[in-house]
Amino acid sequence: MTDGGSVTDRVNMGSLLSGAEEPVVQFENVGMRYGLGPEVLSDVSFQIAPRSFQFLTGPSGAGKTTLLRLILLSVRPTRGLVSVFGEEVSDISSEALTGLRRRMGVVFQDFRLLDHLTTYENVALPLRVQGRAETSYRAEVVELLRWVGLGERMHVLPPLLSGGEKQRAAIARALIARPELLLADEPTGNVDPGLGRRLLRLFIELNRLGTSVLIATHDFALMDLVDARRLVLGGGRLAVEHP
Amino acid sequence: MTVTSTSRPTPPPPAAAPQEALPTTLRRNAPLVPTDSAASRALAAVIAILTFLAALCAGAAEIVASSADQWQGTVAQEVTIQIRPNPGRDLDADVAKAEALAKATPGIAATRVFSKAEAERLLEPWLGSGLDLSDLPVPRLVTLRLADAGPPDLKPLRAALGEALPGVASLDDHALWLRRLSTMANAFVGVGVGLVALVLVATGLAVVFATRGAMAGNREVVEVLHFVGADDDFIARAFQRRFFRLGLRGGVIGSAAALAAFALAGFVARAWQSGPAGEEIEALFGAFHIGWRGYASVLLIGVIASVVTGIVSRLTVRRFLA
Repeated sequence: MTDGGSVTDRVNMGSLLSGAEEPVVQFENVGMRYGLGPEVLSDVSFQIAPRSFQFLTGPSGAGKTTLLRLILLSVRPTRGLVSVFGEEVSDISSEALTGLRRRMGVVFQDFRLLDHLTTYENVALPLRVQGRAETSYRAEVVELLRWVGLGERMHVLPPLLSGGEKQRAAIARALIARPELLLADEPTGNVDPGLGRRLLRLFIELNRLGTSVLIATHDFALMDLVDARRLVLGGGRLAVEHP
Repeated sequence: MTVTSTSRPTPPPPAAAPQEALPTTLRRNAPLVPTDSAASRALAAVIAILTFLAALCAGAAEIVASSADQWQGTVAQEVTIQIRPNPGRDLDADVAKAEALAKATPGIAATRVFSKAEAERLLEPWLGSGLDLSDLPVPRLVTLRLADAGPPDLKPLRAALGEALPGVASLDDHALWLRRLSTMANAFVGVGVGLVALVLVATGLAVVFATRGAMAGNREVVEVLHFVGADDDFIARAFQRRFFRLGLRGGVIGSAAALAAFALAGFVARAWQSGPAGEEIEALFGAFHIGWRGYASVLLIGVIASVVTGIVSRLTVRRFLA
């Protein structure tokens, strides 16, 4: 299967899930509504296996971001069970919550870089909040910045970065702590198709190193580049499509 | 998972690529919580003003306390025997007898008899000068300076005076006056301590408002810090550091202003010393010295204000996040 593009062949991302391994994320009949509004998600059930790669797709407003926020534990489900790294999250302590978040990396659609910190400081943030000394991570951060092509821009404040540079900085920040699960919300939404494919390769490389990856996108051209499972949201319900 | 060879992701740049040596630190000392300069300046100014007021209260209380101590020390070193003139008695003989009795009492270091002229001069401030007081029954005084080794037991002397000069001589150890003085001084110090406490509470409340404002203004930053794995304590410490610095700045400015105010007051008091007003001031407050204890309490208040600022902001953040 090829997409005929000159850059890449279609990549087969088969599941490596073995029966004994615990899923990284598990949703069971999850329903979610904001306040008294209608249910944004209803009866959503799925698993994310360790070291798996999948897309989350669906039309705008289908609840992709809400589902990511549920996994990120920034909102709690109205009903149903959400487990992350084997831990049921309904009455999780704030210490345990911090512990789980440190095992995840997230790329927001709007990047959420801190404007008063340099690119370097933004990317180093996940390590800094763990209380690590700067000497212990400096080389690592610089190497990653160079890898994503921001080696020359590490002292620049985010407002001076272009959209693509911000995106790469946000991705570098998500990757720096070597997360076990990477969540990305429209990570290629603001970049040209060429850079989009390069970023996708970055995620695939990360996945090959053992990270589970969930990319929320409605870019079908991008999804067609990879043979990966698709979680399709529509009307608040989730369908799983296998390639 | 299989990946075709043509679709391998771009590897990291080769190690051989020229790489300049890294500087020792790439982190500026930018605070994690951005500082809004206008709000920060306003809070530092509020803390400076409150510290200044608290330091003034503490310094004034210290002046009163140390002056009262001085008066008490001087007054408690002396007791007075008063001998009233009595028709049919020889006043000078009574005075000599009282002095002899006092000298015989252990613990009395020295005695001084006020002559008739001296006794009359004591009345001058009330009656004016140039009056013939010879017809007035002016009582005579004998002051006794007590030995330094603790206050002696004055009861035997009082009894002996009562026996030898009944109804004529009385012994005044100023106990009533001392009690009143010490009550007044304690009241002043108590009011001072209360005012300092109130001002520190006001500082704390100002910091609570400022912290909540900063939290609301930095909601996005706090959210991002949470998502990248910061726990509540880390975020609270970031706010604490920022507010402690602000508090320190305000505290230093306030304390310095208070020290300057005391120095200026001392200078003015010395400049006026020659005039009558200066004498009154000096009599009341000494030379306007707040002493090392005063300076220490002014500095301590500056430090306490900044520590209170840091701790209150941390607690506020913890409560806000909870």
